[in-house]
Amino acid sequence: MPKSPNHYDALIVGGGLQGLSSAVHLALAGLKPLVLEKDYPGRHASGANAGGVRRLGRDPAEVPLSVASLKIWQALEDLVDDSGGFVACGQIKIAESEAELEGLCRRAEAVRALGFEHEEVIRANELKELVPALAGSCVGGLICREDGAASPFRTVSAFRRKAEALGATVLPGVAVATVKRQRGLWRAETNQGAFEAPSLINTAGAWGGRIAEQLGEPVPLTPKAPMLMITERVAPFLTPVLGCAGRVLSFKQFDNGTLLIGGGHMGRAEPETNRTEIDFAGLAVSSQTVQALFPQLAGVKVNRVWAGIEGVMPDQIPVIGASATEEGAWHAFGFSAHGFQLGPVVGRIIAELVLEGRSSLPIEPFRISRFREAAAAA
Amino acid sequence: MPDAFAFTRLPEPGRRTVTLDFEGAPIEAFPGDSVAAAVLAAGHRLTRTTPVSGTARGPYCMMGVCFDCLMEIGGEANRQACMVEVRDGMQVRRMQGARPLAEPQA
Amino acid sequence: MSRAVPLLVIGAGPAGLAAAAAAAEAGVEVVLLDNQANPGGQIYRGLAAGGAGREALGADYLKGLPLLEGARHAGVEQVSGASVWQVSRERQVHATREGKVEAWQAERLILATGAMERPMPFPGWTLPGVMTAGAGQILLKASGLLPQGRVVLAGSGPLLFLLANQYLSAGVTPAALVETTPGGRLMQSLNLLPGALRAPAYLTKGMGLLRAIRRIPRYRQARDLQAEGGEALEALSFTAQGGRHRVACDLLLLHQGVVPNLQMTRALGLAHDWDGRARCWRPRLGAWGESEIAGIAVAGDGGGIVGAAASALQGRLAGLQAAHRLGALSEAERDRQAAPLQRALARERAARPFLDQLYAPDEAFLAPSDETLVCRCEEVRAGQIRAWVGLGCLGPNQTKSFGRPGMGPCQGRMCGLTVSEIIAKERGVSPAEVGYYRIRPPILPVTLGELATLEDSTDHAEVPESL
Repeated sequence: MPKSPNHYDALIVGGGLQGLSSAVHLALAGLKPLVLEKDYPGRHASGANAGGVRRLGRDPAEVPLSVASLKIWQALEDLVDDSGGFVACGQIKIAESEAELEGLCRRAEAVRALGFEHEEVIRANELKELVPALAGSCVGGLICREDGAASPFRTVSAFRRKAEALGATVLPGVAVATVKRQRGLWRAETNQGAFEAPSLINTAGAWGGRIAEQLGEPVPLTPKAPMLMITERVAPFLTPVLGCAGRVLSFKQFDNGTLLIGGGHMGRAEPETNRTEIDFAGLAVSSQTVQALFPQLAGVKVNRVWAGIEGVMPDQIPVIGASATEEGAWHAFGFSAHGFQLGPVVGRIIAELVLEGRSSLPIEPFRISRFREAAAAA
Repeated sequence: MPDAFAFTRLPEPGRRTVTLDFEGAPIEAFPGDSVAAAVLAAGHRLTRTTPVSGTARGPYCMMGVCFDCLMEIGGEANRQACMVEVRDGMQVRRMQGARPLAEPQA
Repeated sequence: MSRAVPLLVIGAGPAGLAAAAAAAEAGVEVVLLDNQANPGGQIYRGLAAGGAGREALGADYLKGLPLLEGARHAGVEQVSGASVWQVSRERQVHATREGKVEAWQAERLILATGAMERPMPFPGWTLPGVMTAGAGQILLKASGLLPQGRVVLAGSGPLLFLLANQYLSAGVTPAALVETTPGGRLMQSLNLLPGALRAPAYLTKGMGLLRAIRRIPRYRQARDLQAEGGEALEALSFTAQGGRHRVACDLLLLHQGVVPNLQMTRALGLAHDWDGRARCWRPRLGAWGESEIAGIAVAGDGGGIVGAAASALQGRLAGLQAAHRLGALSEAERDRQAAPLQRALARERAARPFLDQLYAPDEAFLAPSDETLVCRCEEVRAGQIRAWVGLGCLGPNQTKSFGRPGMGPCQGRMCGLTVSEIIAKERGVSPAEVGYYRIRPPILPVTLGELATLEDSTDHAEVPESL
């Protein structure tokens, strides 16, 4: 018997990249997910991020997921009919001193010990070849040659379109107030009425902690507002995405010549009102960092500054996995300002969890109960 | 090379003038003029080409709003010519597309 | 380090000059910032420096002299050439002046950032040689420059007639005056005329202007404007009076009214209301021009277009209130001084609804044809914005992700209203529902070098020294 149009298999709370990717993978398996988005898809962290597609420098727990996700990025057209603007321009973490370079060498060894080869040390001469404009004081770096960058909004849009094409429903402007499980169904009360489905997926980003709290498993999530600056157009001079071993930075040049400067300095976030406020002290530090690497950019003008609202966890890694308190509920939130690259694989993990009850990748470190366990141990 | 267009100036006898270098040629202006006014007064409507398509632009609003009069002034790229007052000996050039990456300082 | 100051006023036009003077007269220490070399704003541009074109500019221009003198006499500290690029909700202000960053921490702040010309997009409006009528006036006021070649004035609104008159007085006869006000406007506005008759000076002045410009070839109800040229303007063509016309010209000056300059109030996150008659937004303000943020008020055209005379009155009222809030003026004294100003303000504002209705811009320029460049910086055309709406784009902020309008150096000043109007029309809703670009600091492009100097002047200044 055909399902009635209002029957859904899963309620996905949050229409960012994690939610839309979950919708794509669930719909590929023949399910009918419903994505409830309080603003519009990609309004917050998924749309307002630097677009880095980076395995470089990840937490050891994230490395297997990140490596698997890059494989999806490399063939993203096969999944969502669009590349998301992904270009494998490389990512480099720069060392400004011999001590920093030694640290990067140790890091590369540690990654190799995990069984991965993607992080590679380069010396000053190769760094100069790859980034000729860089200040001569830089002594080397750590490179992931196949990493790169993509367009956040284009990626989010591609996942949304694909999800809808596969039969998922995406509803913008629908804010979830409460979620509750009754008679084996999850029921979300929203500003646009109630919706029900057997499964609940919490991909609500900075607002994910509120959903978890309603499931009886509060988490120490802090809403933060990572700031990004974008400059006027400059004649092309930079191909890879740059970071620093000893400073907070993410720096790249778009094809149109504009420079994007980010990396983690935080503004103030007001999740209640969607407002973010810029903290100029943080921008000053970012500007000093760019000037240290590229003294010739001192006169370049910053045209825009923006900040999206993101959920940051105390251990800087996300919550991914089944609810520890409720049946039929899964989480994927709190990506702590580096979830964009993971998005494609996280949706696959969620679909595996919903359909098979297990993930093919190691996700134990991301279990939601880790905070309760830590509190109990203390 | 000036195009066909020109302004005349209301007479103010005895007022001293300054001289700018515009694209390698001297143009005369009065203290208090903005660079954009001086360039227009000298008969040049075109002050830059855009970094997006390379098409020609000139000053539009003359009050700091439109950012269409961006010029290289005193060696600094993309300055609003309508917001910079002329000085004797000032070097003024049209912006041609995106700003160049300056040579690294020695 | 930020310099602490009891009252900071931003913008030295009629509202800012009057606000600063009123508070300073009450004994308040006032700093008045302005981005020009001399005070006076755009309306009195060049007046403080002698006003090269003052003969041609007429008697109204000289009304700025008492305002300039009032601020000077009251002991207002005037800081010129200061480009303000950040104003925080905590009333911290950053500006660049002569290449250096300066910062102030104000106890109270009055924003008097005035108006800008409403952009008038149509095919060819980006050609060199196409400028605003306001730009024509600025060239005359600040530099005594008169167009020598063929000049055409086009658009709607009183400034067009005023400029035509000023050019005639100076001996320049424009090649054409091309009016874009659609037919039937006068009839639509008549119900607002009784109010306007309370301010008869505006109407008699308007009639006088219209009489004076009879010598100029005039086209009415013009539409389908097209500025033609290769590298620069060569002609304006348009349809009017039953046929297509082409007027060769070197300079085309456009005008379709002025709108509030809202970058600062937007960046502060104030609520803004859509004014359906004036077709623009204005910040939501309470009595005395005070905003919802403690200590921040708005005066003059930046709070909604009122004109120079009413702006000065609003400025004085905001200045009195600031002095009162700072303890320099009793409530009774504030009210005593305010009463005649408030009466005069009511009279001044009486003609505004009639004028707004009569000279409301034509729809064709609010939501122009598909081929028209809307965002001059990023070169985005109206048709692209319409196509994005078809793809599900609901508002101006999303358009940035589709194709970068509003993301160039002007930060949306030139395309913001048009983008909102186009999306609203496509969606069949009011611009109020569609909204406007989110504006964030810096509200002017600022160099990395300037930003890098901030570390010791921002938040750290407020952190108490540890023992």
